Amino acid sequence: MKRQSYDGVAVAVPVSVPYVRYSIETAHWWIARALKELCDRAGIVHRDLDGLSVSSFTLHPDTGVGLTQHLGLTPRWLDHVAMGGASAVVALRRAARAVQAGDADLVACVAGDTNHVDSFRKLLGSFSRFAQDASYPYGFGGPNAAFALLTDHYMRSFGATREQFGSICVDQRKNALGYPNAIMKKPLTNDQYMNARAISDPLHLFDCVMPVAGAEAFLVTREDIAKDLGVSFARPLSTIERHNAFPDDPIQLRGGWAMDVEEFWAMSECTPHDMDVVQTYDDYPVIIAMQVEDLGFCDKGDGAAFLSTRDTTANGDFPHNTCGGQLSAGQAGAAGGYLGFVEALRQVTGQSLGLQVTNAQRALVAGFGMINFDRGLCSGAVVLEGA
Amino acid sequence: MTDPIAAPPRKDPQQRTRSPLLPPVPRSRAALQMSAAAARGELHLQGCLSCGARIYPPRDACPTCLSVRLAWQQVPDRGHVIAETTVRTTTDAYFRERTPWRVGTVRLDTGPVLMTHLHGDVEAPGPCRVRAYLDKSGNAVLMALPEQETPNMADDPELRELTATPKHRRVLVTDGRTAVGQATARALSDAGASIVFIGVATPWLPFDGQDILAAIPNAEIVPLDLTDATSVRELAGEIGGKTDILINTADHVRPGGVLSRQGLTTTRDEFEMNVFGLQRLAQHFGHGMVGRGADGVNSAVALVDILPVYALANWGAWGAHSASAAARHSVLQCLRGEMRAGGVRVMSIFTGPVDDDWRQPLPPPKVAPSAIAQAVVYALENGTEESFVGDIAKDVLARWQVDPKALERELQG
Repeated sequence: MKRQSYDGVAVAVPVSVPYVRYSIETAHWWIARALKELCDRAGIVHRDLDGLSVSSFTLHPDTGVGLTQHLGLTPRWLDHVAMGGASAVVALRRAARAVQAGDADLVACVAGDTNHVDSFRKLLGSFSRFAQDASYPYGFGGPNAAFALLTDHYMRSFGATREQFGSICVDQRKNALGYPNAIMKKPLTNDQYMNARAISDPLHLFDCVMPVAGAEAFLVTREDIAKDLGVSFARPLSTIERHNAFPDDPIQLRGGWAMDVEEFWAMSECTPHDMDVVQTYDDYPVIIAMQVEDLGFCDKGDGAAFLSTRDTTANGDFPHNTCGGQLSAGQAGAAGGYLGFVEALRQVTGQSLGLQVTNAQRALVAGFGMINFDRGLCSGAVVLEGA
Repeated sequence: MTDPIAAPPRKDPQQRTRSPLLPPVPRSRAALQMSAAAARGELHLQGCLSCGARIYPPRDACPTCLSVRLAWQQVPDRGHVIAETTVRTTTDAYFRERTPWRVGTVRLDTGPVLMTHLHGDVEAPGPCRVRAYLDKSGNAVLMALPEQETPNMADDPELRELTATPKHRRVLVTDGRTAVGQATARALSDAGASIVFIGVATPWLPFDGQDILAAIPNAEIVPLDLTDATSVRELAGEIGGKTDILINTADHVRPGGVLSRQGLTTTRDEFEMNVFGLQRLAQHFGHGMVGRGADGVNSAVALVDILPVYALANWGAWGAHSASAAARHSVLQCLRGEMRAGGVRVMSIFTGPVDDDWRQPLPPPKVAPSAIAQAVVYALENGTEESFVGDIAKDVLARWQVDPKALERELQG
């Protein structure tokens, strides 16, 4: 059966609550701030929301259910998307169908996490059963070590170099300098990237995100409601989602995008060349390379070389991670999975907080999440078009 | 090639002793099964009984066919390292003071992909063999080793965390009056122990093998009677702070069961030595060893006990002695949990009947004291928690693994 289009669905009100390195507040507090700003800017009160999608690692012992009572919401549609870096794409897919079906009219999609001085360590210790059994006892390098192994194998397989990865990170830092919410405020040079201290070889300091506290949100509704509210909006043209793709690959060289890429572009009626802005999930540069390959921007194995030969700043010939991505803006837990989506929504609706890509009409957003053992399991992507 | 570890300097008593920390402890129930095999030095992974798939990490259902009929099976150890990293930053306190820590992704030739500790002599990418060890938390971990033995291989810092190798360590062997004690002391000296203390009760009474003890390099005779709390305490006061490996070779053995003996005098002597003697040792030496579980090159690493395999099931002809062995086995299980706080291993060396005076009427096969001594060294060098020495001990284990109750009947003759 042919997948139905997202006709009539509007995505609006991109919200980014400025990040901080450490917070004494809770995830509830961060999520509340994002929802408050979303409602204020949409001209509604929070009790008007009849749908809620939540993503957070630090709500424990609460889930989305507890949050409804905590925040005084009475939704008739509730989702809790625990998919890390794929959260925004997945939240949108579900919310869009709910809105199309009439199960909800105003769905707030929100992701937020706090970052206490010790919360990253605590989160790692209870992340997944396979991690507990089969990766943490080996040096406890956390995601850094898991991605270091993938990066090592990727570099050996395709001849990608640290210099190429560095070029991606340096361009993202240039973008971050124009984005007021970015945690990183200083320029990054190629030399600084190359000479940074090793974290888990071949990963060095600037290949790794900085855990922060923060929240992101957007509104999913119908076009007619968005017009009534008077908010700028975008339309989702196409989406994909995939989990545990290619389980027989001994080590990850590709993500789930490669399984679904043809259907993805066919549904959008676009090609990669039609994208004015690209937001990849950038927990580590190697994953950026895999996304541009698997989504058809270049051949397999050429991702790092491709990006390093383009100007990937917001004003360049391949605008990419235009608010600096997580590598420069910081990773606010599950909100890291929203950052690129919210930024893309700002770009295609002309609401950039920093560097605005000229005439940005269409954006690709890719998500990737959850290193359960040795690889990221969740992947997704969406094309957004400004209305 | 691994750099050889140098002998540690004399300890500065002003310096703080490093607190022992453990690597991550929690495991799923399925993963603990791997630890059981690793405790005996074997690499077991899950296999699916329905479709034959080999499975890792440990699961509760087969990802190939969704069967829940999974079994742990010994698997071939050959594989290839396909990726490596060196962890330099970690939030875990144990690894934080042991970085840099080399880790690899290994694909076994039979298919499963593992994350492993990576020996310094393994080239990446390249072939390797994989062994299962118990880490200091008592749980199974996998380590990729060079295909062939390399010079000073055991001195690799990651591997040394997983073993209790005697090199540069100080050892106490509790009973030098027996052939087993003498052979063990000799073997430990040969294995590189920096000093071997040898306990001898009533040292003024001559005994067979005194000349053997006198010829052991780096050996020192110390007075020790396990049946006497004062004797144990006094020795612990003298050498407890520098006993890195404690090997209990004492065993009071007499034939007979319960009804075949008059009264409890003989049985009490057996328990006094075999069960309470072990507990006295543990009480007086154990705390110090736990506290020194991370004390550098010559940290405290292991308490080794040599006990009859009839600890697992009673052998009627030697039934009272078997009963003391069963109690001893239980005490060791208790100690294993208690001494893990310091990462100190408690190792059981199960033996069949030893070839000595008391077992003179028994037919072969019997276990030579030198075989027991070699098994002790092997267990220490490989971190093996349970070893079975000699054909009879292996036979009893095999029957016990099939059905402990059936073994009980078989041993009653």
